[in-house]
Amino acid sequence: MEILMILTGGIIITVAVYLLMTRSILRVVFGIIMLSHGVHLLILTLAGLEEGAPPLLTENADAYTDPLPQALILTAIVISFGVTAFLLVLAYQTNKAHDSDDLEELRGNADE
Amino acid sequence: MSNLLLLPVLVPFLAGAVLILLRNHPLIQRVSSAVIMTVMLLISIQLLYTITTGGILTVELGNWSPPFGIVLVGDMFASMMVLLTSIVGLACLFFSFQTMARIREKFFFYPFYFFLLTGVNGSFLTGDLFNLFVFFEVMLISSFILIVFGGTPYQLRESYKYVVINVFASGLFLVAIAFIYGATGTLNMAHIAVQVAEMEQQGVINVAAILLLIVFGMKGALFPLYFWLPKSYYGPPAAIAALFGGLLTKVGIYAIIRTFTLIFVHDTAFTHNIILALAGLTMFFGVLGAVSQFDFKRILSYHIISQVGYMVMGLGLFTPLALAGAIYYIAHHIIVKSALFLFAGATQKITGTTDLKKMSGLLKTHPALAWLFFISAISLAGIPPLSGFFSKFALILSGVEEGRYIIVAVSLLVGLLTLFSMMKIFIYVFWGGPSLKRSDYAHIKLLPLLAPIIPLVALTITLGLFAEPIFVFSEGVAAEILDPSIYIDAVLEE
Repeated sequence: MEILMILTGGIIITVAVYLLMTRSILRVVFGIIMLSHGVHLLILTLAGLEEGAPPLLTENADAYTDPLPQALILTAIVISFGVTAFLLVLAYQTNKAHDSDDLEELRGNADE
Repeated sequence: MSNLLLLPVLVPFLAGAVLILLRNHPLIQRVSSAVIMTVMLLISIQLLYTITTGGILTVELGNWSPPFGIVLVGDMFASMMVLLTSIVGLACLFFSFQTMARIREKFFFYPFYFFLLTGVNGSFLTGDLFNLFVFFEVMLISSFILIVFGGTPYQLRESYKYVVINVFASGLFLVAIAFIYGATGTLNMAHIAVQVAEMEQQGVINVAAILLLIVFGMKGALFPLYFWLPKSYYGPPAAIAALFGGLLTKVGIYAIIRTFTLIFVHDTAFTHNIILALAGLTMFFGVLGAVSQFDFKRILSYHIISQVGYMVMGLGLFTPLALAGAIYYIAHHIIVKSALFLFAGATQKITGTTDLKKMSGLLKTHPALAWLFFISAISLAGIPPLSGFFSKFALILSGVEEGRYIIVAVSLLVGLLTLFSMMKIFIYVFWGGPSLKRSDYAHIKLLPLLAPIIPLVALTITLGLFAEPIFVFSEGVAAEILDPSIYIDAVLEE
């Protein structure tokens, strides 16, 4: 199961890197979104996909799952949500100000 | 256990939250932010004094004992950085009162200024790797908003790249955290250090170390990841550029020094030699960029890169003397670099441009500005008796003692080129016939513009003249961070 999850994460990050390298301003934002998904999957997998009871005092089990990765991912999701919202607005404003969504045209001159 | 340690994080956070509500009252915002910033300066002086005399302070958040809960740890290095943050924050705040367009004050400038300081102080004080990520994000989101402040087309375009690069680096940071958590099962930095020292299989730790080096190198503008810096620091208003130039990259450098003295000391022949090579390349290419530019702000931005190299060089050499030099250099750099960016802002206010070729002769019309700039510029280049000289001297002396002659040669050459490009600014801006007519600048009062900068210039002179006690202090800091057991004992054994 871990191998499968890591491969899935790797594929998602590959897609993200591909999107990040495209010239369209919006696709780069999608790349960032994909990247954060892939990374969250990696956190979950690298911490170990243990099977066990929920970590509650009332559960009398031999093994408990580790709740920390979920907590980390939750925090990271909230952060990436905020950043993505900001990035979308920034991409829209940049597109409006320059009348172009092609990053090649948004390079800027060397002498300005 | 002392709640004093919480104040540098809590005070700016609450201040920012309250200031959001006072959006339509610029005067109240200005007065209250000045008061709060002064209070923060006093708090950080008290914090540094307490920690220097009484040892490392820790606070367990939510009373969860480490390694399970999040801890804030204040050692001498962290509290020194908090003090420098407050000094620069105060100077830039007062400068922004003079230069920030009135309309912009309404768009939450002061709240995000304080949120940025929350993130910076939190990154310095936290003792937990994931918490470091969270404070980095607090700092970055505020910096995204401040860097696009004003929303000119140039700023929008360059900020977009700045945001994308930083978010990408944050993604890598999370990967590194996942690696470390998978390998050690903990996120508390002191506890990670203990686990890493006991671990037999160190390959995975090396992977995590290099990942973290890439992440912090991206934020701290190390070679070859500095490409985003010069263009994005050119856009925002001078007060913001000064704060960013002085502080933000140094947070990345602080994180590199913290992790590579505390956690990743298991294989210094591998990691610290990479760091040393990066240091040499960073300072060399940074200064080449500065030499080739003809714009006040751009030259200063490229100098940030070359000087980041000196700080990392101290870490790469990894001797007590070199680290003391690097710490001295960070203090010197934060103060002088912010001052120089504020000078760029002041000349821009007077002449209306930052292009060196379009201005000349300010020495005749504004002698005070010219000579204060001259002092900071030669301090940056490392002319005795100013602060830049002593820190570079310690670094180079340590390099010679260790027999690392290549890095010594590179750093001496870079020092020379720094002097050259600073003199280029001085010659173009201040020498020659005045380019301005009296009517052009008569309405701009110089004293309010210079008032926030003068304390910074005075500080660089003081740092140079009282090099002895300050160097003893830096050696104390270096001794503390070179012995991870002090930090580990303070966090884990209470």
